[in-house]
Amino acid sequence: MSATPAAVNQMPREHYLNATWGIRSWLLTTDHKRIALLYLASVTFFFFIGGAFATMIRIHLLSPKGLLVTPETYNKLFTMHGVAMIFFFLIPSIPAVLGNFLLPIMIGAKDLAFPKINLLSWYIYLVGGCFVLYSFSTGGLDTGWTFYTPLSSVYSNSAVTPAVLGVFINGFSSILTGLNFIVTVHTMRAPGMTWFRLPLFVWAQYATSIIFILGTPVIAITLLLAGLERVFHLGFFNPALGGDPILFQHLFWFYSHPAVYIMILPAMGVISEIIPTFARKPIFGYSFIAGSSIAIAVIGFFVWAHHMFVTGESTYAALTFSLLSYLVAIPSAVKVFNWTSTLYKGSISYDTPMLYALGFIGLFLIGGLTGLFLACLGLDIHLHDTYFVIAHFHYIMVGGAVMGYVGGLHYWWPKITGKLYPEFLARIAAITLFLGFNLTFFPQFILGYLGMPRRYASYPPEFQVLNVMSTAGASILALGYLLPMIYLTWSMRYGAIAGPNPWPGTGLEWRTPSPPPTENFDVTPEVTWEPYDYDNRPDLGLDVSGAPALAHGDD
Amino acid sequence: MSTRQIVQHRKLAHDKERNKTVQADLPLYPEQASNFAMSVDGLMAYITAVCAFFAIAITAAIIYFFFKYRRKHPGEVGVPIHGDMRLETAWIVVPLFLALTMFGWGAVVYVDFRRAPMDTLDIYVIGKQWMWKIQQPTGLREINELHVPVGRNVKLILASEDVIHDFSVPAFRVKMDVVPGHYNTMWFRPTKAGRYHFFCQQYCGTNHALMGGWVTVMEPMEYAAWLSGSSEATANPVLAGEKLFAEKACNTCHVTNGTGRAPSLNGVYGANVLLADGSAVTADDAYLRESILNPQAKIVAGYAPLMPSFQGQLTEEQIIDLTSYIKSLQSQPVPTKGSGVAPATGKK
Repeated sequence: MSATPAAVNQMPREHYLNATWGIRSWLLTTDHKRIALLYLASVTFFFFIGGAFATMIRIHLLSPKGLLVTPETYNKLFTMHGVAMIFFFLIPSIPAVLGNFLLPIMIGAKDLAFPKINLLSWYIYLVGGCFVLYSFSTGGLDTGWTFYTPLSSVYSNSAVTPAVLGVFINGFSSILTGLNFIVTVHTMRAPGMTWFRLPLFVWAQYATSIIFILGTPVIAITLLLAGLERVFHLGFFNPALGGDPILFQHLFWFYSHPAVYIMILPAMGVISEIIPTFARKPIFGYSFIAGSSIAIAVIGFFVWAHHMFVTGESTYAALTFSLLSYLVAIPSAVKVFNWTSTLYKGSISYDTPMLYALGFIGLFLIGGLTGLFLACLGLDIHLHDTYFVIAHFHYIMVGGAVMGYVGGLHYWWPKITGKLYPEFLARIAAITLFLGFNLTFFPQFILGYLGMPRRYASYPPEFQVLNVMSTAGASILALGYLLPMIYLTWSMRYGAIAGPNPWPGTGLEWRTPSPPPTENFDVTPEVTWEPYDYDNRPDLGLDVSGAPALAHGDD
Repeated sequence: MSTRQIVQHRKLAHDKERNKTVQADLPLYPEQASNFAMSVDGLMAYITAVCAFFAIAITAAIIYFFFKYRRKHPGEVGVPIHGDMRLETAWIVVPLFLALTMFGWGAVVYVDFRRAPMDTLDIYVIGKQWMWKIQQPTGLREINELHVPVGRNVKLILASEDVIHDFSVPAFRVKMDVVPGHYNTMWFRPTKAGRYHFFCQQYCGTNHALMGGWVTVMEPMEYAAWLSGSSEATANPVLAGEKLFAEKACNTCHVTNGTGRAPSLNGVYGANVLLADGSAVTADDAYLRESILNPQAKIVAGYAPLMPSFQGQLTEEQIIDLTSYIKSLQSQPVPTKGSGVAPATGKK
């Protein structure tokens, strides 16, 4: 990178950011890259909102009696934290930001298959978001993000109806994005880009899109039914009206368990891109990683009732869902083993995205393995709805999905903006995030085993020590999130110019200028190489294995 | 409101006294005070051991590779290794096998938990926003307190007046949701006298966090003494149920000697009942409850579906009173005609 003669990097004269000017050129754009940036701004906004709620939760829990707010307000805080983070940050984050930006470029296409629908999905997201913000600001929402009936449909006095409508509307944004991705991958791959040459990030987006399309309609209709019951007193879930509250849970988790894979699969895709790049070798077991994404997407649809082992569901149902939950763990294990093996005999650099990727493996490992505890029927009767569950899914969603997202942002930031971020600060931030995260959430595993229930505004004093540790960790974690926000924003203006391929990476996105032109490529690329194949890529300017003597001579 | 404050005060006082023993050292698991505690902790230990092995092995490998194969000079590339079929097979088969052992062991514990033994002490638990009403077999009522004897199999019959709650006792390692609209049951055998937290563990609205209390496990003698000693607080559920049975005019059809338009309820509790569709069902609490609230669901063989629904007209407590009354008829003679009870000769 540094010493090569062509290293004088220049920003391209014209690119997607400066091709047109003015607010209209953004709000009416059909360029997938600009839409990705619109999403970046909006999901970051919701991340801030959700993060503010989380901060208040952790401060409140410093004291057993609750330090900050009334129980009523506390219930609203954790509910709104969940709704903002899950539906408006985590689910759209990687697909709608990184996926939107990269998927067409990675397969050598000019745009997504339906550019206008892509813009539409962002507007739908905004409309849904406005409904939810309206709910937050006019009475708040206190049902838990799970909207369990009959609490949500009959008993809650908070602004449930607009929130439910907001999530319902937002669902269509996911469905349209999923549809767009699937059609694009099927029809718009560049010449030579066969299915098994697709970057693993694309495989992950494809698997996620399947879940978007199959799962989202179910949650949409479920929440609509809960809303109808609330407004028009139709008896779907309320037993007093002849409904069944457990039916709601079946429908809710039929989507919301796969939704966990919506959050984690794209992050796995990011990690599968970062690791080969910074180990500079092909990924170990490409087809197993690709196949495991599809396996997770498919099996993930058949494990939903493991959220319901203590609802009184039939013992046979519980046995079936426990067994299936163990099966879905295997493809995730396969991925972890393959990522680890990819490091073997690599040429590993300590660049920031790699730190995030390795941090991801560590945290996802704990998150995934603790899933085995919860899938275990006998253990779940003790662990269900305790802080163990909170810790487990935060390891998956924050330790996994958010680490993947932030790592991916760093990895592709030079491509998106054409600028490099300050490397030293970025490494500090990555390490801060990792340590802060563990300090926040690891004590919660112990709290959970001790029996502390989730969603408690106050708690018995014997749980205080671990809660204080967790809050201490959260303040470090918050710092870890603020740092990248600051230096990434700074780098957009002041960062060093990145050049087309700073790492260098092997994918098509690195063969076009940074930032790319509006049409992504000046000439439609033709793919003649296998993915992550550093050995047969003389264009990258590395010491390929053809010259091992040279490499040894340098030692 | 005032009851809740009193309960809160009491709870805080108990918390303080308990605090001294618990907070001194940071425990990793709660007290083991029921028959399930050992098996759940055993499962925990097993799964933790397996997971810790893999977590440590993988983390160690990553750290080792990270330093061992660090990039020596800027142009260096890694050795191209595309995969290995034997390794892929190994790390599919071995974790699958281990996962299945976890599944199997967990299933054994769970099935045990879901199938209560026959000889249980049955206690009714009603959850409502935001308190627990508990009724001992003698009819003694408690609020946010549950007294049980050590060494005895206890079955809780759980009902909710409003939203979904969950009755959870960490020291016993058990919990079960309390779902409006039907009964759930859970059982345990306390093994150690003492006082243990119970919590509402399913989020149920504003004061969810206050909806807890204490289980007091007593020696059987003490428990018996406590039951009889607190007789002034006892409302006799059988009498209350009998009164209700007349008030709601149940007795106009359910005539004891079997000559009414509905079957006699003598001896029905716990017996097999023949239904119009040819099947049979055990008349337990859940069946009686369903037959009161939704009589059309299961029609006794030989009877017309005449009974009106009492949905919305009875509280959960009144249903329990009625059930207690019907239970008290268990020892009454079953009329040869005019009963839903399957003849004893029909089955073994």
